[in-house]
Amino acid sequence: MAQVKFNGTVYKVSQGQTVLDTLLENQQDIANSCRAGACQSCLMQVTKGVVPEASQNGLKDSYKAKGYFLACSCKPEEDIDVCLPDTEQLRVEASVSQLNMLADDVVELKLKTSRPFEYFSGQYVTLWRDKRLGRSYSLASLPGVDEDLIFHIKLIPGGAFSSWVHNELNIGDTVFIQGPAGDCFYTQGNIDKNILLIGTGTGLAPLYGIVRDAIQSNHQGEIHLFHGGLNPSGLYLHEQLESLSREHANFYYHPCVLKADSLTSKNIIEGDIANVALQSIPDMKGWKAYLCGDPELVNKLRKQIFLAGCNMNDIYADPFLHA
Amino acid sequence: MSSLYERLGGEPAVDAAVDIFYRKVLSDDRVNGFFDAVDMEAQAAKQKGFLTMVFGGPNNYTGKDMREGHKHLVERGLNDSHVDAIIELLGGTLKELGVADADIQEVADLANSVRDDVLNR
Repeated sequence: MAQVKFNGTVYKVSQGQTVLDTLLENQQDIANSCRAGACQSCLMQVTKGVVPEASQNGLKDSYKAKGYFLACSCKPEEDIDVCLPDTEQLRVEASVSQLNMLADDVVELKLKTSRPFEYFSGQYVTLWRDKRLGRSYSLASLPGVDEDLIFHIKLIPGGAFSSWVHNELNIGDTVFIQGPAGDCFYTQGNIDKNILLIGTGTGLAPLYGIVRDAIQSNHQGEIHLFHGGLNPSGLYLHEQLESLSREHANFYYHPCVLKADSLTSKNIIEGDIANVALQSIPDMKGWKAYLCGDPELVNKLRKQIFLAGCNMNDIYADPFLHA
Repeated sequence: MSSLYERLGGEPAVDAAVDIFYRKVLSDDRVNGFFDAVDMEAQAAKQKGFLTMVFGGPNNYTGKDMREGHKHLVERGLNDSHVDAIIELLGGTLKELGVADADIQEVADLANSVRDDVLNR
C-alpha cells in the first residue's frame, strides 16, 4: 500500500483511492471542484517520488516538469511526498471591469488581469473567489480583440460560486484566475473545413469565442452554430448572433428551443437540438465539431456526429461538469 | 517478403481503420449493445489495440488478457455470432480501405485465432 506524506504527516492510501480522497478523509483542507481531472482546482506538487502519468493528463509541459499533478486523478503506486503549489505563482489577479445581465440567470463577467494572460477562445480557467472556492468557466472573449477576459456565469440554485457572482460581486472587486486549460478552441490551418458548433445554455460561451476566432482568422468553410435553450429567453445572445450571421456569409446561426410560444420568432426552431442539427447536416464527413454544455447531451451528440461521418479526432467535446 | 502489418501500411493504416471500424460497430445492432459509447476515446484506444493485433502488428496481448477482458461480456451473452459479426465488419472496413482479399483473409484468420480466448472456453 502506498503512502502519501503531506505537511509532515504520513497517510496510507487505500487500494483504488486517490490522493485527494485520502487527504480529505483525514480532514486536510484541499481545494477541489470537479473531481474528474478537468478543472485543475486540486492541483498539487510532488516533491519526492513519482506520480502516475494519468494524474498529469492535460497539464502543460512546464507544469509536468515542476511535478504538478491532479490529486483527484492520482492513485499513487509508490510512496510520495506532496505539497500544495505556490498559489502566488499559479494564479493571476484580476479585477472586475463589468457585470452585465445577459438573461435572468446569466451574467456576463468581464475581468481585467494584472499581467498579460495568454489563452485561446474556448479554453477554460478556474476562477477563484478566495483560496478555497474556485469553479471552472470557459472563455468567451477573443484575445487581441477583447481587452478583458469574458465569461458567462449561469446562476445555479444553491451554487456557492455563481450565487456570489450574481449577488455579491461588484465592479472593482478582485478575482483570481488559474489556467487556461482545455483543447476546445479554433486551430489555424484547414480554413476550408466546415465547422459545426453545438451548445446548450452557457455552453454558448466557448462557442461564441471560437466562432469569432474563426471569423477573425478569415475561415472560408461554413460555420454552423446551434444554440439551444429551454425557451426563447435562454437564447441570450440571439441579437448579436443574428447580426453576426448577417455580416458574414459563411456563418449560420441556428437558434433552437425545446418549447416555443406564440411570441417566439419564426426564425427560432422548436425541437431537440441534437435532432435539429443532424437533420440540417446529415453528412458530417470532413467536418470539425465543437460540443459544449450538458454532459448527457454532449456524449449523445459525440456519438451521433461520429456516426454521421465526422472523424473522432475532429470532435472537440467539453461537457460542463457541475461541482 | 514483407509482413502483413507492413503490407497493410502499419500504424497509419490502423489509425485510418479505427474510425471506420468503430463507426460500423456502433451502427450494427447485432453487436453495438456490447460497446459503451460514453467513453468513446477509451473505446477507440481499445479498438486500436485490437486492430493492431489482427493486422499482425506489435502487441503484448496474452490469452489471459483476452479472457479477462471479455469475461463480463460473455456473462452478458457474447457468443460466436457476435465474433462472426465483428470479423465481418472488420472485413468490410478493410475492403473500404482497398485491402486485397488475401490479406483480409489473413486478418480474419488472426482474429479467429483468439476466438476461444475471447469467448472464455
